[in-house]
Amino acid sequence: MKRLQHVATLSVIAVMTALFISGCGPEYMVLHPAGPVARTEFDLIVLSTILVAIVIIPVMAILAYIVYRYRDVPGNKAPYMPEWADSKVLEVIWWRIPIVIIVLLAVPTAKTTFALTKPPVQDVKPVTIQVTSLNWKWLFTYPDQKVATVNYVEIPAGVPVQFVLTSDSPMNSFWVPQLGGQEYTMPGMAMRLWLQADKPGEYFGSGASFTGEGFAHMRFKVVAKPQSEFNAWVEQAKQTSPALTKDGYEKLKQPNVLNNTLTYSSYPQGLFEEIVDKNGGIYMNHDFMGNKQKDQSGNMNHDMQNHQMLESMSH
Amino acid sequence: MSSIKDFASHFFVTGDPLIYGSDVAIVLVSLAIIFVLTYFKKWGWLWREWLTTVDHKKIAIMYLIASLLMLLRGGIDAILMRIQLAFPNMHFLQSEHYNEIFTTHGTIMILFMAMPFMFALYNAVVPLQIGARDVAFPYLNAVSFWLFFFGALLLNISFVIGGSPNAGWTAYPPLSGLEFNPGPGENFYLLALSISGIGSLATGINFLVTILKMRAPGMKLMDMPLFTWSVLASCVIIIFAFPPLTVALALLLIDRLLGAHFFTMAAGGNPMMYINLFWIWGHPEVYIVLLPAFGVYSEVVSTFSKKKIFGYKSMVASMMIISVVSYFTWLHHFFTMGAGADVNTFFAIATMLIGIPTGVKIFNWIFTMFRGRIRLTQAMLWTIAFIPCFAIGGATGVMLAIAPADYQYHNSYFLIGHFHQALIGGVVFGYLAGLYYWWPKMFGFKLDERLGVWAFWFWQIGFYVCFMPQYALGFMGMTRRIYTYPDGLGWGSLNLVSTVGAFLMGVGFIIQVWQILYSIKYGERDVTGDPWDGRTLEWSIPSPAPLYNFAVIPHVKGMDAWWMMKQEMKEKPAQIKPIHMPKNSGIPFIMSVFFFIAGFGLTFHWFWMGGFGLLGVAVCMFIRSFDYDTDYYITVDEIKRAEAS
Ligand code: HEM
Ligand SMILES: [Cu+2]
Ligand SMILES: [Cu+2]
Repeated sequence: MKRLQHVATLSVIAVMTALFISGCGPEYMVLHPAGPVARTEFDLIVLSTILVAIVIIPVMAILAYIVYRYRDVPGNKAPYMPEWADSKVLEVIWWRIPIVIIVLLAVPTAKTTFALTKPPVQDVKPVTIQVTSLNWKWLFTYPDQKVATVNYVEIPAGVPVQFVLTSDSPMNSFWVPQLGGQEYTMPGMAMRLWLQADKPGEYFGSGASFTGEGFAHMRFKVVAKPQSEFNAWVEQAKQTSPALTKDGYEKLKQPNVLNNTLTYSSYPQGLFEEIVDKNGGIYMNHDFMGNKQKDQSGNMNHDMQNHQMLESMSH
Repeated sequence: MSSIKDFASHFFVTGDPLIYGSDVAIVLVSLAIIFVLTYFKKWGWLWREWLTTVDHKKIAIMYLIASLLMLLRGGIDAILMRIQLAFPNMHFLQSEHYNEIFTTHGTIMILFMAMPFMFALYNAVVPLQIGARDVAFPYLNAVSFWLFFFGALLLNISFVIGGSPNAGWTAYPPLSGLEFNPGPGENFYLLALSISGIGSLATGINFLVTILKMRAPGMKLMDMPLFTWSVLASCVIIIFAFPPLTVALALLLIDRLLGAHFFTMAAGGNPMMYINLFWIWGHPEVYIVLLPAFGVYSEVVSTFSKKKIFGYKSMVASMMIISVVSYFTWLHHFFTMGAGADVNTFFAIATMLIGIPTGVKIFNWIFTMFRGRIRLTQAMLWTIAFIPCFAIGGATGVMLAIAPADYQYHNSYFLIGHFHQALIGGVVFGYLAGLYYWWPKMFGFKLDERLGVWAFWFWQIGFYVCFMPQYALGFMGMTRRIYTYPDGLGWGSLNLVSTVGAFLMGVGFIIQVWQILYSIKYGERDVTGDPWDGRTLEWSIPSPAPLYNFAVIPHVKGMDAWWMMKQEMKEKPAQIKPIHMPKNSGIPFIMSVFFFIAGFGLTFHWFWMGGFGLLGVAVCMFIRSFDYDTDYYITVDEIKRAEAS
């Protein structure tokens, strides 16, 4: 039995080390942030890992020691006090330890939660890109550039991007791990997510919330380019790509998996707003909207979906 | 003829060799059971002793058998999924099949494995621990069991008849709504959960009343064993948490069956309502199943350290705090659904707060061992293994509670790793510890130690090998509920490791089944009734407990009542009096069959059948209301004879 225990401990240690070492590889996207939002989140991940480790590692050590020291074997000389069952001092200590840890975590949590509702940098004019999750593909429309893409999205590097998210299918979740955390795409709603890439590059993105049969294939690429190249790409898209028509959209909407990417020189005006409205967006606003203006901070609230924002965006 | 054929091909699930295999297996097993019962003339015995019983001890055994079968089914589901995910681009399961499997796996594990396993422990232990002769409402207890049983049956037949639900165990609309999910699968899910949910709610009420009203004379609340306390806390949560679930399921069912639009945005409904209601139940549900496991650890750690539990008052307080705070955390399941930063912050901090009482409990368990004498029995092994495992699971839980960081964990394998660590490391380990601890009391013999230790190590190693890599996969961007993934993302090797771990746990489970069978034959008989040198009242009576539990109801003078009696020498047995007992009844079983009929009919939109089933339910209730012959007395002679044997 002793032997077995040894093997067990060793294999666990081996697995842990393997994980730890491999944790440095670039395939660990969350641990290799490529933009300010992902970096802020990464910092919180590191901070929280350290804080919880400070508690659980000593706990495990104490546990191991106590189990060893007080095991019931003949001749064990360790003290035995069967009635010793409370100690004010000790209890006060360990009601406090978790409280301290939680306070240390709660403060940055609150700060970051509010911070991430704003653009990561204030002095650069942001770009807005609308995202619609379909069964089972991603449609991106560019309200300022007027072009559209499917299953990939081009963004200028170093510029905050405001993704406005909705769905014309079951709700999905838009996730680009290296640029930042995810946000749901929901029918009838327009949600907002700020992301930004530091440098040009290609980043992996995928749908994170299950939407049925073709869900596993809902991946997309985010291509970050210097602003000038981004502009050139827009121009080229306008020149060389076909237009997305109403009919074309209906076809795109059909439930199937698309294994390639598409580019469109234009799309029907107000398409995104129409998608939101037709899926229930019309019910979300008017009577709720009047009294609440806190939306300006970038706050998204369900009962006051951003109709305003939508309207302001339809140029 | 062709219309019959057409009907059958929709009614029965076709086209998959795994399903055909199961069809054959189900038919063969059913035939074998019928044959054995008939051949040995056991039908009458089955009816009298089991199907109509209202004895909490027998109900416990039935819950236990059902939950172990469901653990097997959910475990096979898990293995199938892990095989499919072992390599990139696998072609073992089709997408639709994988989706059905993860849905049934999650649903079964939580509602039809963890819940009944927990109810098995409730039933086996609570009345004995508080010195009662049965629960407060024995008949209702039987109703609860059979509702659970037929609810579970309804969900389980879905994979051969009609098709399984495939929208995840959370069944969010619109994915689970008619537009995207026209088949009967989601109806199975909704009706099965509704039927068994009634039973769970009734059990919650039943045990709350039992604990508050049926304690032996002298047992104050603060003398109660901690397992009983944990059941009390868990029942409180059940009573408040199950109604929102019932409402959520009922509304979705009305949407699906009657074309209402509670959750269709386009018609003015809102799926967020469902998501909120679901998690208002869903998060407390985790604590419903977890608190009794905490109770088990407290009993085991005290017994096998030969020491009073450390910080009893803190232990009680922390459970009660958890049962309240667990209501203010539900939104952490959808931080990324666009609630405001203020809302997210509130729920993030409320969630972290749960870590405080939980952390305190861990320290108290450890210090119960301090200056004790630790016996590494099987129950104790699982308890000790729980501490580091749950500490990690709890730590990752606190990490998930940090709302902005959760944007990166949500829906990823980091989350899968976390909740399996809480649910296996916290709940399953605890129930297994409880099983090994109370098995002699339930069945009159111990489970074989050597086999048990092997199973334990397979489970432990398997667990870490299976779930540690999943945290890493989450950091690699692997999302949950995907049936396949491409090459080139670097996800392959860790997934393979994880699958190996799942198989190791599978081996552990098989050894446990073997351990049970082996011990039935060769296990050490428990003749004393107190095999572990226990501290609480259940160990003061013979194993297994006689029908009436206590020939004479004990008088309790403080905590660890049986330990005190042992220290003070037993008092002279007081005079035996006739014992008032509830009579068996077939109605709970029959009524639940009608519920099943109703559920099955509604699943297929056969309203005539649904109506017929509900009518049957009403008739059963009516008959029972006018049944006054529900109890009897056991005579003093009979008790003396039973005590002497
Ligand atoms: C015994 C070993 C187990 C293994 C190997 C295992 C494996 C898995 C796998 C592979 C998934 C699907 C992940 C995905 O595709 O998203 C899953 C999901 C899940 N498991 Fe387990 N599981 C185990 C035990 C349990 C237990 C004991 C519980 C609960 C008490 C549980 C509850 C769940 C839940 C709730 C889900 C989510 C289902 C959903 O996404 O709808 N599992 N598990
Ligand atoms: Cu929760
Ligand atoms: Cu929403």
